[in-house]
Amino acid sequence: MLFSDIATWFSGVQAEFTLNFITSNRWRLIYNGLLVTLQITLVACLMGIVIGIIVATVRTTKDKAGHTMRKGLPRTLLVIVDWVCRLYITVIRGTPIVIQLMIMYFVIFVSSRNGVLVAILAFGLNSGAYVSEIFRGGIMSIDAGQFEAGRSLGLNYVQTMGLIIAPQVLKNVLPTLANEFIVLLKETAVAGYVAVGDLTFAANRIRGVTYSAFMPLIAVALIYLTLVMFLTWLVGKLERRLRQSDNR
Amino acid sequence: MITVKNLTKSFGELEVLRGIDQHIAPNEKTVIIGPSGSGKSTFLRCLNLLEQPTGGQILFDGVEITSPACDINHVRRKMGMVFQQFNLFPHLTVMKNLTLSPTTLGLLNKEQAREKAEQLLIRVGLLDKANVYPAQLSGGQKQRIAIVRALAMEPQVMLFDEPTSALDPEMVGEVLDVMKQLAVDGMTMVVVTHEMGFAREVGDRVLFMDEGLVVEEGPPEQIFGAPQQARTQDFLRKVL
Repeated sequence: MLFSDIATWFSGVQAEFTLNFITSNRWRLIYNGLLVTLQITLVACLMGIVIGIIVATVRTTKDKAGHTMRKGLPRTLLVIVDWVCRLYITVIRGTPIVIQLMIMYFVIFVSSRNGVLVAILAFGLNSGAYVSEIFRGGIMSIDAGQFEAGRSLGLNYVQTMGLIIAPQVLKNVLPTLANEFIVLLKETAVAGYVAVGDLTFAANRIRGVTYSAFMPLIAVALIYLTLVMFLTWLVGKLERRLRQSDNR
Repeated sequence: MITVKNLTKSFGELEVLRGIDQHIAPNEKTVIIGPSGSGKSTFLRCLNLLEQPTGGQILFDGVEITSPACDINHVRRKMGMVFQQFNLFPHLTVMKNLTLSPTTLGLLNKEQAREKAEQLLIRVGLLDKANVYPAQLSGGQKQRIAIVRALAMEPQVMLFDEPTSALDPEMVGEVLDVMKQLAVDGMTMVVVTHEMGFAREVGDRVLFMDEGLVVEEGPPEQIFGAPQQARTQDFLRKVL
């Protein structure tokens, strides 16, 4: 009796699986969606790092050196750029990512049909604001003596920042930075709002055709989970390497 | 070697230095003493422009380093500095701490820098620490490394900003020994310190600073033996 119940249930699951993934090669939707999600996350992540480094550098330079600089064009320029950076952070952090994405797609790049590119831009700009604050915190946490030691040895501002401050900042911010990219990966799930065929969008399309929610949604959830776990493992490895100098 | 003319420094409303005129001769050991907040560290940090002076002039080897046209990075290569908090680079090994600046600035190639660093480490008895990170060193070892890191640039003058104040008492001696050896070798030194014994033994000239001014200066015998100013007498009575 029990055995036949299990057998019925199992064949039901099997049929569901076949319907959702095998029939008409529906797994390809998920596969393509995965590629789109990875593409958006990866490029937006790089963009976020680049923007983050630039904005954080401007803001800390203004905070640390702005008042000791001589009056003149460089100082005026720094003050203006710093103001623009703060405005950028305020606007990005103050509005939902979905709204930013839709403004990008339906207002700014209204003539573009390349949704993936627009999504990359929107998520990259969004991530940049958060990453810049992470880096800024990292730079501020380094003792001023490190900077002074570098300068007292004759290194210039850029050399000191690049060789002495940056490596220590990177080590300190890595866990927070990794967290930001895990959030980013999952945030890209709203890319479907502008008709980008990402992983979540693929699940919805399958659901729309097969009228079954369980299989596609669970499958996609498992894929996100696996990606995040992989990312966590990777960062852990990197972190251990960077922590070499902490061993006593 | 270093001439300071009417140097002033303010942090906002606070006047930390209120007009200092000094001349530091080659090979001279100048020791600066005084109570906390007297401006002695600020004075020292002005000498290599870690603090931007508010007014006055500083000349190093005849070049006015306070002028906007002066390339301060170039001047700092010739002025070594040792800090109270050591400020070793924690992400680099001892060897890399010593070779980073000479190689980055193209003064020595990697091999030359390594050789020079080894010689310096032998000099302070820490060659066996070449490949460890600063976190694995004691305070005294860190400060000795910080001294040779500055020496790796072959400076003409060494500035010491309370180099033993952050050390456990039993480690003060090993750092002072390195400094004494440096003095014997003829290095020009400017030392801010609370170690009166060191000031007396090594100093050619002692400056007593208070409230942003050099209140009294002279050879150590005079400052410690027969101070003229009431403020100096009062300070020495408290610390000796």
